[in-house]
Amino acid sequence: MSRIVVGPFNRVEGDLELRLDIEAGQVREAWVNVPLYRGFEQILAGKVPMDALAITPRICGICSVAQSAAAAGALADAQDIAMPPNGAVAANLILAAENLADHFTHFYLFFMPDFARPIYADAPWYPTISDRFQAMAGSAAREVLAARTGLLHLTGLLAGKWPHTLAIQPGGTTCAVAAHERAHLSAILAGFRLYLETKTFGDRLEAIAAIDSMDELRAWMAARPPHASDFAMFLHLADHLCLERLGRATDRFMSYGAYRQDGGHLFAAGVWDGGVGDLAVEAITEDISHAWMSGTAEPIHPRNGVTLPDAERPQAYTWCKAPRLGGKVVEVGALARQMVDGHPLIQDLVAHSGGNVRNRVIARLLELARVLIAMEHWVRAIRPGAPFCHSGAMPDEAEGVGLVEAARGGLGHWLRIQDGRILTYQIVAPTTWNFSPRDRNGVPGALEQALVGAPVRPGERSPIAVQHIVRSFDPCMVCTVH
Amino acid sequence: MSLLCAEGPDLISSLELAGIRLLWHPSLSEASAHELVDLLEAIVAGDEPLDILCIEGSLLRGPHKTGRFHVLAGTDVPMIDWVRRLAARARYCVGVGTCAAFGGMTTAGPNPTDACGLQYDGSQMGGALGAGYRSLENLPVVNIAGCPVHPNWVIDTFMLLAEGEMDASALDEFGRPRLYADHLVHHGCPRNEFYEYKASAQEHSQLGCLMEHLGCLGTQAHADCNTRLWNGAGSCIRGGYACINCTAPEFEEPGHAFQYTPKIAGIPVGLPTDMPKAWFVALSSLAKAATPERLRRNAVADHTVVPPGGKAPRGGKI
Repeated sequence: MSRIVVGPFNRVEGDLELRLDIEAGQVREAWVNVPLYRGFEQILAGKVPMDALAITPRICGICSVAQSAAAAGALADAQDIAMPPNGAVAANLILAAENLADHFTHFYLFFMPDFARPIYADAPWYPTISDRFQAMAGSAAREVLAARTGLLHLTGLLAGKWPHTLAIQPGGTTCAVAAHERAHLSAILAGFRLYLETKTFGDRLEAIAAIDSMDELRAWMAARPPHASDFAMFLHLADHLCLERLGRATDRFMSYGAYRQDGGHLFAAGVWDGGVGDLAVEAITEDISHAWMSGTAEPIHPRNGVTLPDAERPQAYTWCKAPRLGGKVVEVGALARQMVDGHPLIQDLVAHSGGNVRNRVIARLLELARVLIAMEHWVRAIRPGAPFCHSGAMPDEAEGVGLVEAARGGLGHWLRIQDGRILTYQIVAPTTWNFSPRDRNGVPGALEQALVGAPVRPGERSPIAVQHIVRSFDPCMVCTVH
Repeated sequence: MSLLCAEGPDLISSLELAGIRLLWHPSLSEASAHELVDLLEAIVAGDEPLDILCIEGSLLRGPHKTGRFHVLAGTDVPMIDWVRRLAARARYCVGVGTCAAFGGMTTAGPNPTDACGLQYDGSQMGGALGAGYRSLENLPVVNIAGCPVHPNWVIDTFMLLAEGEMDASALDEFGRPRLYADHLVHHGCPRNEFYEYKASAQEHSQLGCLMEHLGCLGTQAHADCNTRLWNGAGSCIRGGYACINCTAPEFEEPGHAFQYTPKIAGIPVGLPTDMPKAWFVALSSLAKAATPERLRRNAVADHTVVPPGGKAPRGGKI
């Protein structure tokens, strides 16, 4: 057996190091270390509650709006205030634009370039994939940056800028939309749709969203040449490399529910554990047994949690706490959202091969189609002239919870206010779930489980299969260790 | 990540046009893990030249001056030590964002990680590299401060550096490129007419000036946000919320709530930097007395309820 340390990873946001035990050409055991501590929860304590809107987005330059939306949600809960319909729709649009930009960036700039590495140079598909996806140099990179920039013009219009906007307030959004601006929002979405339909999918978004089984997906592949679109190229590549056999974690999935609408969500909240069940938010705890943190040995609910770093803690190996749902490891992200929401294609794929590298990527691409269609509806639902924002007083004593779905999965903010100031503020980020360390029972986190069995070629210092698995989660490490 | 939104042209094309070859970028490069560590070691050894070192994020000195709050993965060496080694080899050293420049948001509150900027600790010179640091071209750290940075502040700075056109005179008192820091956010503010007449928004989403009640520091903030514009045609104020002066050292601790304007005797404490207070008060009270009904009403509405009048100015035809 040998042990290697892999890092730093790029094309993930932030800092990540893996320790891998390797035996017989496979990863036998993995430890995930996030070697950075930020201290935002300590910074928030003692601040005026509304300052969370300026502070928490700055945790991250890529999940900034998600942090903003979770903070606004927690403050709205504390104030017992709701957004008017226009504000709710605008907030959904601002968050959706970030989430889609992230999915899009992940596929083209973070995930696919690994298949253009020289290690694959002998593969029959290599010339096509390399021409299209090579980091910086492939034909996709410039196009994708331009298309992404175009999509984020929506954020410029509705929220002033991306990232780090103060446009999402507890009671709504700060920028009312006139009729001609609503038309411009539609035009921005049409531009992005055009790119997705011509390059990403080579098909109508509605047709992609309607693929409802693995057989249908096979039929869709068979109906066009392998290089017909980037999605088609990926599916063929996934078949060649058997990406459905790589990176299986717990197959237990959680979603807080994404994009509030009509008293519920566009994508339902819940848990998948062999079947869909209700989400018991009260059953969430954080365990610090293997984190450089001081505190009680008992895992505690984030409402009662604190964050006190302790670099000397024995047995610890990361700055990341270990969140658990009812004591169990869950996976979050696009795959989890689509499983919990009951999308038939995703459920069929997972029924056959579980949560894995291929299925995570397909779920993300499916969301590009499903969410853009929803965004077009939301834009049409804006009523110029009707209010976008309500105001309300902040109580001196209150509690609040804000739960949203960032691109990478469920993001929760738990806030307690005392004497008009923040008493405690706890954040559990998506990658805190996915890249958590072992808990006090020694159960490894989702990535730690997903890495077991990953093939390691002779002489590999940073195994390519390990890189595919890590990036399939689209991790954000800076949020993880806020 | 804001840099990826560069436009006219896209980021990759912009760099190419400036003649800049990226040695490594955390979001764009292929090289990962040991490939990056090998590259960094080659730079430190002097085997690979480094023209521009760009650092994002504050430098963490804690806990207890060990730097262990931020260790570069795969190396067991604190990031702050890597940055010092690399900075010694760089022709130019650039801090991208307010965290790298001055410490930024991570230094707020009790500054739990003992964070600082490359060459500043808040508004004091020092930081990770020390006040005396000069890059190989004899420049202090170039501080592209902003939280976030405008992508084209970065591109413009790179282009000037690549052309050898950025010397000490191109930087302001805090090392910020004057190409954007010689402007105020107030310049080009679309709410200027409301500002002139002190017709103020009372609540979020209203059209009036954000300075009197909602915490706007645009008259003091050094940046060209309302003339360069963000993500198409945006800016904080165009988005309906306050400028919080994010290009300034210590913006993270304004001494009051971010979205609230503290006042003494009804007068905002943070007045335009170079305007005598007595004049401001006198002009404000005159302006308030003269506020047209149109602005008074529009200031507290979320869309224009009274359009500008259609009558030709008195004096007849032009």
